[in-house]
Amino acid sequence: MLSGIVILVGLATGLSAVLVIAARLLGSADSSATDAVEQLLPRIQCAQCGYPGCRPYAEAIVNRGADINRCPPGGGDTIRALASLLGRDPIPLDSDLGQASMAQRALIDESTCIGCNRCLEACPVDAIAGLPQRMHTVIAAHCTGCDLCRPPCPVDCIAMVERFA
Amino acid sequence: MTELGLIIIAAALVNNFVLVQFLGLCPLMGASRRVEGAIGMGLATGLVLTTASALSHIVEKFLLVPYELEYLRLIAFILIIGAAVQLTELLVKRFSPLLHRILGLYIPLIASNCAVLGVALLNSGASRSLLAAIFYGAGAALGFGLVLSLLAGLRERIEFADVPAPFRGNAIALVTAGILSLAFLGFTGFARL
Repeated sequence: MLSGIVILVGLATGLSAVLVIAARLLGSADSSATDAVEQLLPRIQCAQCGYPGCRPYAEAIVNRGADINRCPPGGGDTIRALASLLGRDPIPLDSDLGQASMAQRALIDESTCIGCNRCLEACPVDAIAGLPQRMHTVIAAHCTGCDLCRPPCPVDCIAMVERFA
Repeated sequence: MTELGLIIIAAALVNNFVLVQFLGLCPLMGASRRVEGAIGMGLATGLVLTTASALSHIVEKFLLVPYELEYLRLIAFILIIGAAVQLTELLVKRFSPLLHRILGLYIPLIASNCAVLGVALLNSGASRSLLAAIFYGAGAALGFGLVLSLLAGLRERIEFADVPAPFRGNAIALVTAGILSLAFLGFTGFARL
């Protein structure tokens, strides 16, 4: 009886100790800086910066010294905000990754669209309206011009156009 | 070596935990909407299953049996599974935040996946060696992941099919799982354990 209690309590204590140590080792040390940087990013998870989303990009900026000019949807405003937060110099947007994309927006050629729904799933800001097997269209005011809807389109009916043409 | 291979095949296909023994049906329905999520869930469950079956075996052999405490088996195994699940959640959160977001609530739910406890209990019931226990756990995990991703693939395709109104949603998913289970009956008798 007593040995049973001792062994179960010992087992529970041992396993909790392992978990506490693992949490210490695996958890990121201090996430407040990452949180602050992430707050300044647009958080639309468009991945144009080359990282899987805004949080990974924020982590790369804080922990691995990634450049602050890799966010096309944020554009100049985001770069200035990041520069003042981190005490770095503002630098122009890395144009290899896309333009400050509020300058352009997506346009679906509605006569070609087959309603496959793939662009809708790719859109990080839900700016595409449509149903499966029906024609889709872009809600211009919500589109950030991130260009993510273009690659999945099987009939190439999406084009990027000047927002204020 | 042949015996270990047979154990894997027996646990993964012939006595598949989900479709033949009907254990772990809750994650089968819950995590099989998307193939990506299903594969991730299969991997996470596999990690838990394998570590939990190894740890349970060690604890049973070196703690419970020497002190004649076999009646505490169930509580001890549940403790171990809970810890293994927490550890897996930490690992997934650290190394794949995306997967962590997709799986979300389902990772802690692995703790209540009866296939995990089932493997540990079946292992101790059949008094296997440590290596055989680990292989049995890995085989069960393989079978679980296989069935989960198969069903997710089927469900993804059915979403675009013209399903009669009364069957839409979970009903057709259950029918699909049933037919898949019938198909797995074809493996009966291939390997005996």
